[in-house]
Amino acid sequence: MAVVSTSATGRRRRSPFSRRAAIEGYLFASPFIIGFVAFILIPMVWSFILIFQEWNLLGTARWVGMKNLEALMSDPKVPQSLWNTAYFAFISVPLQLALAFFCAILLNQNIRGRNFYRTALYLPVVVPVVVSAFIWQRAYHPDFGIINAALGWFGIPPQAWLFEPALAKPAFIFMRIWVMGTQMVIFLAGLQSVPLSLLEAAELDGAGTWKRFWNVTFPMMTPVIFFNLVVGLIGNFQVFAPALVMTKGGPADATLFMVLYIYRQGFEYSKLGYAATLSWLFFLIIIIFTFIQFRLQGRWVYYENE
Amino acid sequence: MQSTFQPRTDAEVDAYAETMRRHRQGRDLTTRIIAHVTLILLAVMALVPVLWMISSSLKAPTEIFVTPIQWIPSTPRWSNYVDAFAKAPLWLYFWNTMILCVFTVVGTVISSSLVAFSFARLRWPGRDFFFALLLITMMLPVVVLIVPRFLMFSYWYRWPFRWIGTFLPLIVPAWFAVNGLYVFLMRQFFMGIPVELEDAARIDGASTLRILWQIFIPLSQPVVITVVILTFIQYYNEFLEALIYLKPATWTLAVGIRAMNDQFYATSWETVFATGTFMLAPLVILFFAAQRYFIEGVALSGFGGR
Repeated sequence: MAVVSTSATGRRRRSPFSRRAAIEGYLFASPFIIGFVAFILIPMVWSFILIFQEWNLLGTARWVGMKNLEALMSDPKVPQSLWNTAYFAFISVPLQLALAFFCAILLNQNIRGRNFYRTALYLPVVVPVVVSAFIWQRAYHPDFGIINAALGWFGIPPQAWLFEPALAKPAFIFMRIWVMGTQMVIFLAGLQSVPLSLLEAAELDGAGTWKRFWNVTFPMMTPVIFFNLVVGLIGNFQVFAPALVMTKGGPADATLFMVLYIYRQGFEYSKLGYAATLSWLFFLIIIIFTFIQFRLQGRWVYYENE
Repeated sequence: MQSTFQPRTDAEVDAYAETMRRHRQGRDLTTRIIAHVTLILLAVMALVPVLWMISSSLKAPTEIFVTPIQWIPSTPRWSNYVDAFAKAPLWLYFWNTMILCVFTVVGTVISSSLVAFSFARLRWPGRDFFFALLLITMMLPVVVLIVPRFLMFSYWYRWPFRWIGTFLPLIVPAWFAVNGLYVFLMRQFFMGIPVELEDAARIDGASTLRILWQIFIPLSQPVVITVVILTFIQYYNEFLEALIYLKPATWTLAVGIRAMNDQFYATSWETVFATGTFMLAPLVILFFAAQRYFIEGVALSGFGGR
């Protein structure tokens, strides 16, 4: 009797999951498991099937084989929108991070009015994307916008910004850099967790401000920079609302970004199969870039625990 | 117990800054002046576009379309706001936005806390796999899901009525914890709550659900508030999916005022600016009321306010 009961508890101890706990675990996690299947997994699979289909507005599907993929290959707007997206993301993210890092360093000092500066610099994040699109659409107006007015103080002649293909993307990039409060706050939190003992040790060894920054602060911050870089690129690749509101992809497709083009094919031209095909291309590109960043991470990101 | 989650206190930050200040006492004054001038310039650049919108929302058209820019309206024209409400059903959009926000916030908090508890405290086979899955879904661009989701909500999901055009396509997924970020934030917080509290409650015969609601949730107030705020902002700003699933009668502010902007872009800047100010106001109030949670939430998550 005693032997049986010990072996029973023994077995329970050996198996990591008790039955009751396991059932409860699944039950509590079931919203996510069901939600994942219903709203993510099934749509993903369906989206893949859609590559080989075309839907009409009555809701009937037609198998079209490779037609969507062939269309993708010969569609000149695909390389155009990919180029626009890459141009926007690869320039805006580094600039955004550089400015955010710079501001975080300034704010990390015992400076009077620190809270005011932090609040002011963060405020653009609070502005809804659509509202900020309203503001910038008009701020860039050639005659009555504040951007040309400000440039005029330095003797720079008025530009057509959103009406000029060569200037539209830089205008979008500047607008995106304006919203860098999120990254700034993350950097600030990172800077505040750089151990004082390290900085003091470096100072005792005679390292000046610059040396301390490059040899202590910066390496300690690389994981935060890496995080902001990955999240920032994924986010900025998906730029959509400003382009739809401000330029509708113009002028001359200069701001036709990938998500806008997918939206247009799917929900303006009702080519749902083609839109799904484009979205898979876009998805694969994001995966590849994220993967590359994780592979390159070992070369420059410093992790204390390794 | 909350040490992993509480950012450093202001006193600690000040002590750190004080040390840093001592480090560079020699060039203190010049450094400070340069830092202040830079920060003031950047703060002005961050604030002026928003202030320009607010000021222009009170201008007469003749004061908007002039060069050089007239920064302050001669007399505030409050009738611009009356006009804006006459030109578009802004109260309907606002009401719709509130319905959407309330239901998604409640659903997100309930479902995310259940799932987070399961990941943090319950032991069940496959838990680590599903947690990894949750982290991966955080990086998934929503654009690969919109086409099949649109088809699902148009043709599959018909109970209790056809989902497309109603709030259900946005509300129901929120009740299934599909946004991994919120689960992740809550799980991290739950992990820091001492096991002894849980064990004591179990010995007293409390059920797991009761432990969650009566011990974990009250102790997790900061992260719950953060999740509430982040979810509220997310759905207040929701654009791409709202644009696709909703119809004019269910349009939210973001989608509704975008249509209004298309209509009045060339003619009535003051109307559009009044509308934009109307949409911005609740968020600014929320921001100043709960600034701490905004900034902590962003620092913790890095995703907020995108």
